[in-house]
Amino acid sequence: MDAAPSVTPVSENAMRPLAIEARGLVKRFDGTTAVDGVDISVPEGAIYGILGPNGAGKTTTLRMLLGIIDPDEGVRKVFGHSRPHDIGRLIGYLPEERGLYPAMKAVDAIGFLGALRGMPLAEATARGRELLEENGLGHAADKQIRQLSKGMAQTVQLLGTLVHRPRLVVLDEPFSGLDALNQGKLERMIRALAEDGTTVIFSTHVIAHAERLCEGVAIIAGGKVPYAGSVDAARDRIPAQVRLETRAREGAWRAALPADARHEGDYWYFSLPDSGIEPLLRALIEGEAGILSLSIERAGLHDAFVHIAGEAAARALEEGNAAEQDQ
Amino acid sequence: MTGQTAPAARLSLLRAAFVIARRDFLAILLSKAFFFFLLGPIILIAVSGGAGAIGAKAAKNAHPAQLAVAMPTEQAHAFAAAHDRIDPLVSLPAITLVDPVQASDPAALLQRSGENYGAVLTGSLTQPVLTGTEDQIRKWQGEVALLAATASGADQQSFPRVVTESTTTSGAAKKSARAGTATAALTLLFLLTMLLAGMVLSNLVEEKANKIIEVLAASIPMDAVFLGKLFAMLAVSFVGIAVWGGIGLAIMGATGGLTASLPVPAVGWPLFVVLFLLYFAMAYLIIGSVFLAIGAMAPTVRDVQTLSMPATMLQLGVFFLATYASTDLGSPVELAAVIFPPSSPYAMISRAAQVPDLWPHLVALAWQAMWVVLFVRAGSAMFRRRVMKSGPQQSGKRRLFGKVAR
Repeated sequence: MDAAPSVTPVSENAMRPLAIEARGLVKRFDGTTAVDGVDISVPEGAIYGILGPNGAGKTTTLRMLLGIIDPDEGVRKVFGHSRPHDIGRLIGYLPEERGLYPAMKAVDAIGFLGALRGMPLAEATARGRELLEENGLGHAADKQIRQLSKGMAQTVQLLGTLVHRPRLVVLDEPFSGLDALNQGKLERMIRALAEDGTTVIFSTHVIAHAERLCEGVAIIAGGKVPYAGSVDAARDRIPAQVRLETRAREGAWRAALPADARHEGDYWYFSLPDSGIEPLLRALIEGEAGILSLSIERAGLHDAFVHIAGEAAARALEEGNAAEQDQ
Repeated sequence: MTGQTAPAARLSLLRAAFVIARRDFLAILLSKAFFFFLLGPIILIAVSGGAGAIGAKAAKNAHPAQLAVAMPTEQAHAFAAAHDRIDPLVSLPAITLVDPVQASDPAALLQRSGENYGAVLTGSLTQPVLTGTEDQIRKWQGEVALLAATASGADQQSFPRVVTESTTTSGAAKKSARAGTATAALTLLFLLTMLLAGMVLSNLVEEKANKIIEVLAASIPMDAVFLGKLFAMLAVSFVGIAVWGGIGLAIMGATGGLTASLPVPAVGWPLFVVLFLLYFAMAYLIIGSVFLAIGAMAPTVRDVQTLSMPATMLQLGVFFLATYASTDLGSPVELAAVIFPPSSPYAMISRAAQVPDLWPHLVALAWQAMWVVLFVRAGSAMFRRRVMKSGPQQSGKRRLFGKVAR
């Protein structure tokens, strides 16, 4: 785990204005520090993930960014405003604990959520009907929320989050509780939002979602953010891994293998040397090692997470995933 | 999906509160539970009204009012003899012969405790004077004329003219009647507030159970959420009051019941009704905001029930304070009841019944409105601080008392 927190700019977006900027956010509950000095910068139009195990401080961080609670220390700005409620019409938020009025019709629920964000109720309701049609839920528009399946109710709430066409969409564990099909739909929806220029920030404890979708991530563990920056830069924290298979078992070429090389089964595994693969290749050829296969694999976000946040955080992340799958 | 960009703005506090209030109001009004909520007090009123009527009749039969006869001795005996003769034929009030000296002030005799005089008959058989309440005079005037005529042996076609003296026109009686109006209004205000304020609490608990509260908190300031909820419930309460009041008035109109005996409050009926509604709104908003703060603090429904007990006790205490203060206008206790925000509406409606001055009501309403705003703000701040936590949930007890323990 890195000793000091670091903030690496999301390189491609370094020149873009920031949708969210937070510096040194601290939140304590009853003497317990839930979030401890979080720094986050999210450029406009980015898909940004907050990645960490359950209880790491993701939701508290998002709540502070949205102005639901105020930080005890630090500053946060959303589109340059320190009071997010002042620009409520620009923001859409889907909380982790989904909730709608059970007796409300789906279309009215979306209308109500739009009205909360400043849309005239009639306009929001009409737009809600359109969105339900577009997303294949037209038949459920006039059904009460209590009559819908959990997945459908979640989709209704997501549409309610988007009905007022926000410029920033904040999703707290949006994939939680969705089946694979709906997770795919949600991923496509998030990409479509970003293509339209909407900034999307979501929290997750599933690395795969962040790796597939995000250009920037903040890794959070124990209330601290040991890394915030681009996914590429996170992966680059770990040298690429080389897997080598040779015909010969012994020879002078073995001296050219890096010090961390280990032999497992038919393969040699080691980190890509700083000097690159070429000097090693030369030694293997000249030593007649007989290269049967050679692959260089860039580290995944999971490896980066383990490297940055530590084994314990990674274990907690995996336990959270397993618990969710059991449900 | 987001081809166009929403304009950068936010809802004003009042508009945001309106969005919440509109939803809550319609949701409650259109629910089946509201129908039963409306029925509850009607059944209660009907049952208690019936029980009251039965009780009143029983009490009347057990202790019928008597006519005190305070005439010169011979005439009084003649009157009694006439009573004995006619009573088997016509139902007459029971009579008691009283020493005329004791009846030198008939009004005082009527007020004497331990006696059960409905009216006092003085004067003579040819010029009887009947003193009593207007109701009682109206009821007994004919009987007295008949008995006096019979006792004096006069022609049954010529009855003596009964001179009447109503005791309700005196200043003391009026004051006493207004105090009664004050107590009645105060009690009604308390009962309505007690009945309706709890709805705010259950509404917020429902909101927490639905988990929609976080969406609301993210979209608009909590002040607006609280205000919206309070005013929605207030509007629902007014609907309830309109229904119950309408039914009550219809019953009274049909029976001719209380209208005749309701003493006019000092500020007059129209203004008194307006002030009653305003003070109900204030009492409701103040106690409602306290309940909201409790709902905000309590993590579970069980905790809500536990925590609402002190607030209910506070309501009772406030009621007793205001009732006590209403009998002693201008005293330090009454002033304290007027100033203390939760008791202020009750103390002021009591004043409206007894004192005609209007300016204190303007000051009191402004004072109470200020406290409503303060309570709402404190409640919403508490909510943000205590409820919007994530991570492992502590038990309610630990949450509430953890700080104290440390």
